[in-house]
Amino acid sequence: MNKCMQVSFWLAGVGALSLSALVVAQDDTWEMPRTSWGAPLLQGYWTNSTFVPLERPEALGTQQFYSLEEMAENIRVKIEENYDENLTGTAADVHYQFDDYGMNRTEDNITQNLRTSIIYDPPNGRYPALTDQAKANLQAYTEFRRDHQWDSAKTRSLSERCLIWDQEGPPIMPLGYNSTHRFMQTENYVILLHEMIHDARIIPLDGGDPAENSLPQWLGNSRGHWEGDTLVVETTGYSGRTNTPGLRGVPMSSQAHVVERFTRVDDSTIEYDFTVTDPTVWEEPWSGTYPFNSIEGPMFEYACHEGNYGIVNILSGVRLEELEALKAARQ
Amino acid sequence: MGGKMQNKKLAVFLLMWLPVAVLGQGASVKRLANGVPDIQGVWQVMNTANWNLEDHIAEQGAVESLGAIGAVLPGSSVVTGKTIPYLPESLAQREANFAGRRLEDPEAKCFMPGIPRATYLPQPFQIFQTDSDIFMAYQFAGAVRNIYMSDHMEAPIDSWMGWSNGHWEGDSLVVEVAGLNPNWLDRAGNFYTSTAKITERFTPLGANHMQYEATIDDPEVFARAWTISMPLYRHVEDNARLFEFKCPEFAEEIMYNHLKRENYLRDAGFPVDGDSDE
Repeated sequence: MNKCMQVSFWLAGVGALSLSALVVAQDDTWEMPRTSWGAPLLQGYWTNSTFVPLERPEALGTQQFYSLEEMAENIRVKIEENYDENLTGTAADVHYQFDDYGMNRTEDNITQNLRTSIIYDPPNGRYPALTDQAKANLQAYTEFRRDHQWDSAKTRSLSERCLIWDQEGPPIMPLGYNSTHRFMQTENYVILLHEMIHDARIIPLDGGDPAENSLPQWLGNSRGHWEGDTLVVETTGYSGRTNTPGLRGVPMSSQAHVVERFTRVDDSTIEYDFTVTDPTVWEEPWSGTYPFNSIEGPMFEYACHEGNYGIVNILSGVRLEELEALKAARQ
Repeated sequence: MGGKMQNKKLAVFLLMWLPVAVLGQGASVKRLANGVPDIQGVWQVMNTANWNLEDHIAEQGAVESLGAIGAVLPGSSVVTGKTIPYLPESLAQREANFAGRRLEDPEAKCFMPGIPRATYLPQPFQIFQTDSDIFMAYQFAGAVRNIYMSDHMEAPIDSWMGWSNGHWEGDSLVVEVAGLNPNWLDRAGNFYTSTAKITERFTPLGANHMQYEATIDDPEVFARAWTISMPLYRHVEDNARLFEFKCPEFAEEIMYNHLKRENYLRDAGFPVDGDSDE
């Protein structure tokens, strides 16, 4: 598909989706699909891939939504950027061939909405202020990265070491690729299985306190309950090592408390809403929202650590450079 | 003719139910609304099969510096007929695996354990029965697999945990697994290749016990298909749950140690200042 065709194809999609979303919202005949025991059906394959940024561009102030025309232009620019990255030999093509790995965003099912940012509170759509402690931690992390990031595997990022992907949250965040999630339900549990990096968040629905029978965990400890047709999940008990989604060097602290709300609004959409409270990190809570769109399964195994040639190649490359420099100095 | 047919039907019926009848005698099996056994919960073996599927006595483990903590725990073979029917050339591979086990055992490297090893690792796993499928989550390495109870298909791609198609035969959950990456079966170096097909049977023995059987068929490695069998025990404590065992970081020392700056440069004849690690 050439560039013009790609752009018009996607713009047509934007218009259709946005309009259909409006139409469906007014469809009184739609009935909530349900499990055999009567709970709202969240089970299935979903994507949260999106072009909507976590934080709003500062120039937009408190403007929460784009007009359809603004969004179309916005997406056209994104697609052109993506397209250029896929042209072999262009300046933007410093990565590998995206198409070869299914990483060309235009090959994805991208969720569409008119929001200017995922964050809607604070009203400027941006993270609230960090506490002094968090600022100090971020500074220390930045300095550590500068001086030691190439020392060994242990000083590389958590995702590069295949320990956890920041976007697994909670809160769950969109990724650049492989944004597939499989939700499963039993009467007593909801399980959120993230393609990246095959983590299953097992959420008991007994309405208990998430702190009960908990130990610090990378994904925290989640407990869920139904409020009407909305699944409400509360999470505490973070390990203090998991990054705040979108913000490396500022881990979710052991004080973090996240509330997520999953509401199925039509056959193809779950509205996802979340609020993060972490008094040791943020001066005030922050909230965001975006849709999950249904997609076809199945979802394949993402084996990160088993094929982690990246960490070997990165460290080998740096060591070789260092060795060459030492050899040159000795001569 | 009719009589023969009747007998045949009876035989099939008996064969289907015999294991359940014998194993599950007098036991109460919990059931879901649709009548199939409810096998949901947190399960674990109570054996040493992960050390060695065959007979094994206590002995020094691969890492002497761990003291008695690293020693092999003794246990009887879980293999029907005691020994695994290796082809001669494959037996040599098992011996090579054993010799290199400290660094090469996929468990030591925190690789996903594959099937059936995931079942008898010394860590719990949890079974969930949804309206459509069965999902198993394993504590070790956060490995997971979906067992497709409908929409059966051939494995579209090879993976560490394989592709599982399941169905009920009486009260036994029968799972056919293929599309597995080559993997080890235990710490002794027993192994299979990507041509392996595994047939598992989970048969409830009552509310808190299941018999687990797995038949391993891999003509690349074995002279014939062979079977392991062992009981599974439900964690009955009120607070039973899985915790995270994200083990890549525990494997970094054996996998990437040579790429640490001081080690790499010392090995290349350029000791780093203050490096006293000899």
